[in-house]
Amino acid sequence: MDIFTLDFFLRALIGGILIGLMAPMIGLFVVLRRLSMIGDTLAHVSIAGVAFGFLINVYPLLLGLIFAVVAAFAIEHLRRTFRSYAELSIAIILSGGIALASVLFTLGRGFNMNVMSYLFGSILTLNRMDLWLVAVVTLFIVLFVLLFYKELFLLTFDEDAASVSGLPARWLNIILTVMTALVVSVAIKIVGALLVSALLTLPVACSLAVGRGFRPTLWMAIVFSEVAVVGGLVISGLWNLAPGGTIVLLLIGFLLVTLTVRKGLRI
Amino acid sequence: MAESNKVINQCHDSIISMDKVSFHYDGRNVIEGLDLTILQRDFVGLIGSNGAGKTTLLKMIVGLLKPSSGEIRLFGQPLSQFNGWDRIGYVPQKNMLNPLFPATVKEVVLSGLYGKKRMLKRVTVEDRHKCTEALHALGIEDLADIRIGKLSGGQQQRVFLARSLINNPELLILDEPTIGIDAETQESFFHMIKHMHQRHNITFLMVSHDVDLMQSYLGHEPKNTIGKLKFYVKHSHELDNCVEDNLAHTLRDLRNHLELHAQLH
Repeated sequence: MDIFTLDFFLRALIGGILIGLMAPMIGLFVVLRRLSMIGDTLAHVSIAGVAFGFLINVYPLLLGLIFAVVAAFAIEHLRRTFRSYAELSIAIILSGGIALASVLFTLGRGFNMNVMSYLFGSILTLNRMDLWLVAVVTLFIVLFVLLFYKELFLLTFDEDAASVSGLPARWLNIILTVMTALVVSVAIKIVGALLVSALLTLPVACSLAVGRGFRPTLWMAIVFSEVAVVGGLVISGLWNLAPGGTIVLLLIGFLLVTLTVRKGLRI
Repeated sequence: MAESNKVINQCHDSIISMDKVSFHYDGRNVIEGLDLTILQRDFVGLIGSNGAGKTTLLKMIVGLLKPSSGEIRLFGQPLSQFNGWDRIGYVPQKNMLNPLFPATVKEVVLSGLYGKKRMLKRVTVEDRHKCTEALHALGIEDLADIRIGKLSGGQQQRVFLARSLINNPELLILDEPTIGIDAETQESFFHMIKHMHQRHNITFLMVSHDVDLMQSYLGHEPKNTIGKLKFYVKHSHELDNCVEDNLAHTLRDLRNHLELHAQLH
């Protein structure tokens, strides 16, 4: 069977390549600002949005996206309220998202199977509309990171110094979190909500193990991510495995290799 | 040119002024009715125990915290209207650095140029030139492509100083820059700062816990004591030729001086 001629697989592949590009671009800043859990949090809230979409019969991915963006603002707000306990805001929103999702699941028992594909990801379900949404979000992310590369670097390296230089640190923070919400919510259909944050963090973890400067680290994270996404989609297409799981296992494999190589180089 | 003449003729412009500034947090008065004026080419050492409000004061000055009441002016402008942030260099606490952060020394020093006025603009050849100059001035050009976390504490401090100097600042704010550095490196760092104060047109505000080091330069009597905050001040403008814009030139003698210093050791 030649999966490369199948429409649904090609859509998943294109969507995957776009997601594989933007996830580590945002992920680098998320990881370095010690907000690795934010992807998980936003994904869980996004699932509540998807469930709500099925319930009221509105395009689920769009509602998932809106929910994630609202959650992003809530996280930023709570982060300021509990200044020195930034992770508390994440715990609150994370549990809130799951709670809401589970209640919405039970309200609409009939669509439970549909929601499953959002939890674990699927290469069968990405339709043309989804692909357009992924493309638009990718464009936003790439433009944002390219245009504000300097400012994001300084914000991530030293937030106080960024403020002292007159950068609108608060706005950059908010936009960064909203961008994270966009990436997460459009990626869940392929990778699945439970694993989407791995796509933000694992390629970055791999490149942090080998990179020296900031720019090479960013490039390498994108390379790791793309290889894992394309490889993972092909493998899952050939053997009918869950795409998210396959991609994440590949990334963990890469991480083990980079850590070993690094150890070999240093000693 | 008119501006540089002005600098020569009156080097007592007010750089930072605080008028009855108070800061309350959780119903507690962290800072109460603080009046303070820092003049051009002052070296102000701020010493106080933990919880005295040193960090709060610094954060208010750079706009990270809003005072509960009172007014702060930078270079004569109210903080709310102030937009000359590129005139201020900032050296953070050393322990703020994440040792695994993937940034080279060069990337860190260049980031001293990133500010509001340069948003959406590319890094130019001239910017890279300034970076090389700053690295050269502090004698760390050999470290340019090394990951910052791999450097020793003293080297890292030089990197942060180079970053704060790349913009040719008129005001340098240092927040406990020598914390966690061994005594000898601390002393040579302070020596470098002292030298810059004596020879260059820079105003200093430095928070430190190291009373001995500060008093050795600033004298034993604080000029001002407000609450638990002690302000030691030394004014210096012996030389007239300090109004140059070229960082390499103004810092060249600093480098020579440092090399001399290193040879003596």
